[in-house]
Amino acid sequence: MHMEKKAKDSSSRRKFIRRFGISLGTVAVAGPAAIAGDTSETESGEMVRLLSPDGTLVEVDRSSIKKAKAKTREQIKQSYKGIPDRKFVMVIDLAKCKNARKCVDACQEGHMLPKDHEWIKIQLLQDSELASKYWFPKPCYHCDSPLCVSVCPVGATYKREDGIVLVDNKRCIGCKFCMTACPYSARVFNWKDPEVDVPADHVYDPELNVPPVEGTVGKCVFCADKLRNNELPRCVKACPMGVIYFGDVNEDAVTNGVETLRFSSLMVDKHGYRHMEELGTMPTVYYLPPVDRMYPVEIGFDGLDESITDRYTTKDFKKSGKTKK
Amino acid sequence: MNLTKREALLSDLTPEIGKTSKSWYIVFGILLLVFVLGIYALVQQIDKGHIVTGMRDNVVWGVYIVNFIFFMGLSYAGALVSGTLHLFKTPWRAPVIRLAELITVISLAIGPFFIFFCVGRLERIPYILAFPRIQSPIVWDVIAILTDVFGAAIFLYVSFIEDFAILRDAENLQIAPWKKKMYRILSLGYQGTPKQKRILSFSRNVMAAMIIAIAIIVYSVLAWIFGVTLQPGWHSTIFGPYFVIAAVFSGVGLLIILMAIFRKIYNLEKYITLKHFVNLGIVLFVIAAFFGYFTFSDYLTKWYGSVKMDKILIDKLFTEFRTYFIFANYIGILTPIIIIAIPRLRTINNITIASIIALVALWVNRYIIIVPTLETPFIPIQDTRHEWLFYSPTWVEWSITAAGVAVCGMLFMIISKLAPIVSISELEEAAEKNNT
Repeated sequence: MHMEKKAKDSSSRRKFIRRFGISLGTVAVAGPAAIAGDTSETESGEMVRLLSPDGTLVEVDRSSIKKAKAKTREQIKQSYKGIPDRKFVMVIDLAKCKNARKCVDACQEGHMLPKDHEWIKIQLLQDSELASKYWFPKPCYHCDSPLCVSVCPVGATYKREDGIVLVDNKRCIGCKFCMTACPYSARVFNWKDPEVDVPADHVYDPELNVPPVEGTVGKCVFCADKLRNNELPRCVKACPMGVIYFGDVNEDAVTNGVETLRFSSLMVDKHGYRHMEELGTMPTVYYLPPVDRMYPVEIGFDGLDESITDRYTTKDFKKSGKTKK
Repeated sequence: MNLTKREALLSDLTPEIGKTSKSWYIVFGILLLVFVLGIYALVQQIDKGHIVTGMRDNVVWGVYIVNFIFFMGLSYAGALVSGTLHLFKTPWRAPVIRLAELITVISLAIGPFFIFFCVGRLERIPYILAFPRIQSPIVWDVIAILTDVFGAAIFLYVSFIEDFAILRDAENLQIAPWKKKMYRILSLGYQGTPKQKRILSFSRNVMAAMIIAIAIIVYSVLAWIFGVTLQPGWHSTIFGPYFVIAAVFSGVGLLIILMAIFRKIYNLEKYITLKHFVNLGIVLFVIAAFFGYFTFSDYLTKWYGSVKMDKILIDKLFTEFRTYFIFANYIGILTPIIIIAIPRLRTINNITIASIIALVALWVNRYIIIVPTLETPFIPIQDTRHEWLFYSPTWVEWSITAAGVAVCGMLFMIISKLAPIVSISELEEAAEKNNT
């Protein structure tokens, strides 16, 4: 379970890993086993090398190493500020998407979501009658001018310095104003108790936003917890087609885990655009148009559960027809 | 002061203060039953979550919000009507002004609860006061409503002081000692001296003027909760004034209905006459014309040069919601206009029926402002579950709605036992003016 793994990560680690690696390599500092080692009263004489938060290499006795708390108060506070000097951006290449839905699954698993909660949805869109349909993955756009943040009466949803919009489900009162304000239907509501089991030592952090709480709003968090650990969001990693690129505007680079591209030239060369630019919300998610596509749109229906294919095919779903099929 | 006249007024206007009739208990019992059922529904909702309502991820606001707007509208309308009647010294205001004031306060006591029922985590409501963000129109609304609560309460209270003094001094009135004591405290030692009269009259004028301004601002703020979003159908500059007009429309309608009810059960035919119905009917006529104009203007501009989302919305309104649309925006507006416009049709019964239609139509109007918009998001809903696509209220929502209406009725009944439903002091003043 990723939760336990997360708990083992030392607190100091994420502080000195400032660079969001395009290489994506995780820097092993000290094995999790060493950090999680049991404490004993007497000195063992065995010295362990560790990196301190300021970046110097230090040696400490194994016996004095204590397991770090899953989250400190200071770290939770950081989740309200964001990761310094970052401005995250996502690019979704619509020419590659074939509705494999691996992103949806990875997201739901990672965030312990019930099956009817999709923080990333895949829509089947058609811009004009003459044009072909195309698959359209839709996470939260983490807008630079987010209406959801403006309308929240208690500051439960907030925009961070690194551009990520998060929801603090310990603050959220469930008024759902953000859901009506969001023009992209990015948010979901916990209409009932989600009934998820979290590890006993799990500490709530809006960056992961687990567990979901009844009567509050949830949405895509750009996997802010993964970003802290210098990893790509779950959907990016899970996508078998490399549809989703993620990166940093400041570094002018985005990657889908396989190839790393210059963000600015990608926008110019492939004509990057933002969905419904005219609404003025300034999303940080860009799309590359569905041209020269790798797969015909029908492939998206292959091997899917009927309950999922239905949502794209059932066109005439009249209000009166309560039971379909 | 003509004392015998006052005695007569008192016995006419306060039949329920001294004794309680059997039918009062029966009606109150029924309303209480409806209320208890609503509480049961609410317990279900708190226990099982909002899953028991018809609301889902797209239509996140439903009947609760409709009720909220509706009751708040009634409240502001009561304030506007009573404030205007008072400020302009409308000669026929005496028997109706108290009812309008009561509408203000009673609806205001009910409306905000519907917001609470719509909120996912009831226990976190105080967060709005603890961590308010002034950018949020909900916070504007909280500030506005709180201001309005105090304003309306003071306005109602100052208008009651003279009557409390009259009740305190009424020797022949058979009432419980605690009530006498209550009247003595509430009348604040008012004896009707010229100075007291001047101060009271000044306070009432100031409060009347303020309550009009507050009502307009507060209801506009409520409209802006919808107007500031980008949703098709809501993102409209007309929403502020449109809501204010709609509020007055429903408020005048309710006032006429209440007049008819109290006239009948308290035998107030002597005081509330056809003249009052016709006069308020004319107000209803004018407001209906304005309301129709605003509605037409709003939908015409959406329909004529329609952008994609407006077109989808209008299509929805003209197909799935056709019946609602015709009832709310044609029948509801035209009925009062026709009945008042033709003098032959101006009977008390007709005007009351027109008011009932107007009131219900306005509720439906609110419904088709809220629900169809939420059913047509910018990015089409792709889901096969019916309840995720279309909203239909569940028994829980209906029960809680019925409970709200029941509480409204119960509050009117309770107040009619504590204070005259028609202002005695206003009537006396009017009678004196007629004599001189």
